[in-house]
Amino acid sequence: MARLTVSPDAESGMSLGNPKKKKNNFTRFFGQIDLQLMVIPALILIFVFSYIPMYGVLIAFQDYKIGSGSFLSSPWVGLKHFKAFFDSPDFNVVMRNTIVISFLKLIIGFPAPIILALMLNEVRKIVFKRVVQTITYLPHFMSWVIVGGMVSTMLATDNGSINMLLETLRVIDDPINFLSMSEYFWSILVTTNVWKEIGFGSIVYLAAIAGIDPHMYEAASMDGANRFKQIYLITLPSIMPVVTIFLILAIGNLLSAGFEDILILASNPALRDVSDVIDTYVIRVGINNYRYSYATAVGLFKAVISVGLLTIANYVARRAGNSLW
Amino acid sequence: MSVVRESFGDRCLTVFIYAFLTILAFSTFYPFWNAIVISFNEGMDTTRGGVTFWPREFTLENYSIVFKDERLMNGFVISVLRTIIGTISAILATAIFSYGMSKKELMGRKYYMIMCVFTMYFTGGLIPSFLLIRSLGLMNSFWVFIIPSLIGVWNMIIFRTFFRGLPAGLEESAKIDGCGNWGTLFRIVLPLSGPVVATLSLFTAVAHWNEWFTASIYISKEELLPIQTILKQILASNIVSEQTAGMDSAALARMQQAKTVTSKSLSMATMMVATIPIVMVYPFVQKYFVKGVLVGSLKE
Repeated sequence: MARLTVSPDAESGMSLGNPKKKKNNFTRFFGQIDLQLMVIPALILIFVFSYIPMYGVLIAFQDYKIGSGSFLSSPWVGLKHFKAFFDSPDFNVVMRNTIVISFLKLIIGFPAPIILALMLNEVRKIVFKRVVQTITYLPHFMSWVIVGGMVSTMLATDNGSINMLLETLRVIDDPINFLSMSEYFWSILVTTNVWKEIGFGSIVYLAAIAGIDPHMYEAASMDGANRFKQIYLITLPSIMPVVTIFLILAIGNLLSAGFEDILILASNPALRDVSDVIDTYVIRVGINNYRYSYATAVGLFKAVISVGLLTIANYVARRAGNSLW
Repeated sequence: MSVVRESFGDRCLTVFIYAFLTILAFSTFYPFWNAIVISFNEGMDTTRGGVTFWPREFTLENYSIVFKDERLMNGFVISVLRTIIGTISAILATAIFSYGMSKKELMGRKYYMIMCVFTMYFTGGLIPSFLLIRSLGLMNSFWVFIIPSLIGVWNMIIFRTFFRGLPAGLEESAKIDGCGNWGTLFRIVLPLSGPVVATLSLFTAVAHWNEWFTASIYISKEELLPIQTILKQILASNIVSEQTAGMDSAALARMQQAKTVTSKSLSMATMMVATIPIVMVYPFVQKYFVKGVLVGSLKE
């Protein structure tokens, strides 16, 4: 998550050498050709797989036909596809779902690992702590396919554990087909996300907590602060800088929160009204319905918002980082 | 801590935390355990319900069918191949790239770095990438799993940071002994980079093993599908079959081989097979990932 705080210009200072004894650039370049050969192939790969697609977004302003070979041989149509998206009935549904799902993931998924880290920190039995950590980290390493398979097994109508439990507790009379009912989808999606990432997300906060000076707790308990007060008055304020940075970055990545979970958990088309977000919409209209230009326009719309969010987030994070650390 | 006797409130907090963490650990572990149990239980027996913590009618039938299924085993082999080839080639390529980028004397380094970091902010998106892959002839090719993910900008930054932290004297003495940049990288620097190579390799390998989306849009040839993508198709058809009672022909054909299995018991066995490699590397992952996460998030 913190990847985007890297500054490209931070270390560029001396690389261009002293202008006084500046040799011919060509001679210098070929003098270090072995070094250049280490980076040039990789840069070509980055150019091909990242920059050519950036150039390819121009088809959002064209009527791209499948047959036409290069990106630019199709007729230009201006903002037609953007207007079509804004006017289409899908726009409201897709935007609502994207915003709601992103915010739910942020509001519930962001504090959850912090709370877990605070709780784990209070555990004095090392074995218990290790076991909880080992188990809660595990889902992070499972693919969404596997996680989705487990969720659908848990929620299945034919003897899924959740339905069995609810029936035993007499909460419900008949099994509920959770994964085909739109009113449950957001809850299932967010719960599964938290379930998968809560343990792994807590690592960073545990590390931050480990850096707190233990004398502060001793002093606090001398002064009569109970454990809850110590959490509230020492632990939380001490990890606040890390929390702030991660919150800012999470907001920056708000729209890039991933779509695999939705593709997996909403494989039932009946859920489309609540599950369709920008990313899944692009895949459906673009890859499945061959509306390449339209889908590219939708994707570009999202990319522009994301760049804006990221740039603001990184700017704020760097400012906050300087003032806090 | 022992100066003050535990107050009533503190004890309540302790009880609450232990109870909460126990429930959390249980609810994280139970879905795995239940899937394992179902995969070892007779399929027809599972449909009668009540299979939760322990197999009622223990059988290896589900696994024997999965292991005899050519489509799944082929997917397993594809997954293993892409994980091994993809991880080794990506780590090697990224390490070479990062070593070059870590050198202060590299001409144009500033521009190269801007070129890399910009890709973290803006991407062309799915459709232009899709059209590019298609025009490069990578559709229905094994190399679509390997080549586009060869260079990771984020991994490059981690590698570079690590290389910079190595003592400069080592490289200087290698240079004096006549090592070029390539020789220094392979004989001196990489052998000293064990921890970072291990961390990044494990993460890359796990990502390769778990990745299913690429194949779902770029691969239509059955024999090139990795096991995760096949499993996704099977599971999706199972979810729909809850309503329509329709099942994909492969699952149906497999079911007819033995009457005691069901699509559910087979799915669970397949899921377990697709999880085994992760569970096998998990102890190693655990050893390194705390380091990896911290390198990844706090270093810069």
